[in-house]
Amino acid sequence: MTFQALDIHKSFGDTEVLKGVSLSMDEGEFVALLGPSGSGKTTLLNIIAGLAHADRGQLLFAGEDITRLPAGQRHFGFVFQNYALFRHMTVAQNIAFGLRVLPRKSRPSRSAIAARTRELLEMIEMADLADRFPAQLSGGQRQRVAMARALAIEPRLLLMDEPFSALDAQVRQSLRESVRDLQRKAGVGAIMVTHDRAEAWALADRVAVMNEGHIVQFDRPEVLSSNPSSDFVRLLVRADAA
Amino acid sequence: MTRFILIALSLLFLGLMVILPVIAIFHRAFADGFGAYRAAILDPETLAAIRLTVIATLLVLPLNVIFGVAAAWAIARFRFVGRRVLLILIEIPFAVSPIVAGLCFLLIYGAYGPVGALLEPYGVQLMFNLTGIVLVSAFVTCPFVMREVLPVLMVTGEDEELAAVTLGANGWQIFRHVVLPNISWGLAYGVVLTMARAMGEFGAVSVVAGAIRGQTMTLPLQIELMYNDYNATGAFAAATVLTALALVTLVLRGVLNRFGPKREAHA
Amino acid sequence: MTAIPRSTPRVLPGLSLGLGISILFVTLIVLLPISGLLWQLAQLTPADYVRVMSSERVLTALRVTLTAAAAATLINGVFGLMLAWVLTRYRFAGRGLIDALVDLPFALPTAVAGIALVSLYDRSGWLGSILDKFGLQVAYTWWGIMIAMIFTSIPFAVRAIQPAIEELDPDEEAAALTLGANGVQRFLRVVLRPLMPSILTGVGLSFVRSMGEFGAVIFIAGNLPYKTEIASLLILIRLDEFDYPAAAAIAGTLLLLSVILLVAINLAQTRMQRYLRTEG
Repeated sequence: MTFQALDIHKSFGDTEVLKGVSLSMDEGEFVALLGPSGSGKTTLLNIIAGLAHADRGQLLFAGEDITRLPAGQRHFGFVFQNYALFRHMTVAQNIAFGLRVLPRKSRPSRSAIAARTRELLEMIEMADLADRFPAQLSGGQRQRVAMARALAIEPRLLLMDEPFSALDAQVRQSLRESVRDLQRKAGVGAIMVTHDRAEAWALADRVAVMNEGHIVQFDRPEVLSSNPSSDFVRLLVRADAA
Repeated sequence: MTRFILIALSLLFLGLMVILPVIAIFHRAFADGFGAYRAAILDPETLAAIRLTVIATLLVLPLNVIFGVAAAWAIARFRFVGRRVLLILIEIPFAVSPIVAGLCFLLIYGAYGPVGALLEPYGVQLMFNLTGIVLVSAFVTCPFVMREVLPVLMVTGEDEELAAVTLGANGWQIFRHVVLPNISWGLAYGVVLTMARAMGEFGAVSVVAGAIRGQTMTLPLQIELMYNDYNATGAFAAATVLTALALVTLVLRGVLNRFGPKREAHA
Repeated sequence: MTAIPRSTPRVLPGLSLGLGISILFVTLIVLLPISGLLWQLAQLTPADYVRVMSSERVLTALRVTLTAAAAATLINGVFGLMLAWVLTRYRFAGRGLIDALVDLPFALPTAVAGIALVSLYDRSGWLGSILDKFGLQVAYTWWGIMIAMIFTSIPFAVRAIQPAIEELDPDEEAAALTLGANGVQRFLRVVLRPLMPSILTGVGLSFVRSMGEFGAVIFIAGNLPYKTEIASLLILIRLDEFDYPAAAAIAGTLLLLSVILLVAINLAQTRMQRYLRTEG
């Protein structure tokens, strides 16, 4: 199933943040939105999620126009920058949340929910921490729970807003691999916002370089490195200590 | 849409329950004309009540300020046995009905109570007079100054005070030059709250005041008296005085929030 | 809670003075009076206590007081939450003014509130005359008592809940939205749960205040024994009759109820907030 964003425009007051952004991706593809702060990448992600609305433009998923579809019905998983775990729920309850709020008809049985929760806990290797609360977890653990929670609903698309920015370098490294793993295993497409070039290179199939509300180049990392379309891209993708 | 409904409902609730009664007070006070209002305010009994209320309040104020600052200082800066107990004890007036409070004071300081009986042979009477009014007013208002000053002390930290110590300042100098300026906003608001509450206290004062017209009637008691005497204009006119004071209190709170130091939630 | 800077006690001056003054004041103004009540209660035999408390007049007064306080608290719980939410989350014209007005019942003397409310709800009053057309009477009935209690306790409910709403993380609500929760689900599961401790506090303080409220209630209550008499009035009446034991019995009961309620709420809160502890 393919995802397409067509000519997205968004302004906040007098400031135009997105100036006609278009993007398309294939099923199972991992796309990174890379750019400095203020480039509009988080705004774009929020619009894709339905947490913000474009002034102009269209969003298509598998041919269906989802531009006006409410966020709750898009069935996209979202991982927030600060994880936004439900503080007053345990790890297990956080992960199970998306399943427990399903409408009666489509809701799985309690045992099915429990089984799926256990499955996800194993996947993120936190089965023994199921009854902990977010306040008792490390940053890396919280990040994994946030991933598992988003994946629990079997999302059609996985959206991540700077998922590693709050973590220190070592944790980031190991988490990168597990995130990529989880995404591949789930077979779901992913869009990740980041300002870290090394991260984008390590994880993404294709990288959309953004600057001041435009996507300046959108291609595979190797292509961006060898054939940057502008000085901006060239400076951005210059290899540096990761 | 939900926003609109919620805001509308909230405004309706507040308007009906809070704003309307206040408007009613002023309306009724002036319903018989400005002349009648003026006469009511200048009525000798009312003036006596105002005088008594003001005197009692001015006596309570220093007591509460000294206590409030002392307690806030001790709690904010030191660890001592019974710190938590002190905090709880100070919160007690919030849990006690004013009538119960008045009763408690009567029972201990009244002529037949353990303390009152001790002092009676010396001609010292603590209840049914100004002293009684001051004592119960101190009870109902005792948390106010402390609760306003404590958060300020906790937030501002002791660095400045420690610096003053190293520079050789003694206790009073530190208090005057370092602590007082820092707590002045909180203290001011605590004082205003204490005044408003002390002047308006009704239930507790009813019990201990002695109900002698012109002598031991505070303004709230006088209001009750006039109301029961069908002197509505008089009662409401007196009420406008206290209502105006309450409104001033609110304005000062707004000013404090705008210009005072940032306060953390009361621990 | 703010981390209190550790200071070696003797560096900063004023501990003995501050503590001394505090202890003196608290003893004279709080401890002694309370013990005065306890002393009086101690002179009551259990039989006396039961006799006083089981008299029909006392039981009726308690029933009137407690049911009115409960009803008022329920209404204040709902509207208090609503007001706190609206004042914290929304921006609208006059918000600052409304926020300040919430404190009015706290700053206004109870006797003033009392005569204001009765003049509003009396048959000739602005609201009372409207209600009268529908055959409804509020003044001098249980309903009047409830309304007076609502008035005086509004600030407690709202101010207890406001800080907790400020602490909520809107991202958690957004997360719940992306996970497919609808409005009701988001409110019940993600918003209400963390707010519960503060709602309990607000409700508890509201109830305790309502239970003991005197000045605002007695004007509108009617004060008919066995019908619309509140407990605190009965205490005053017994006092005027010099029946100190009876007054103390009723007062002690009210005080005990308040203490039990506040302790229970405190315990419930501690349990509810265990998710805040950072060690396993």
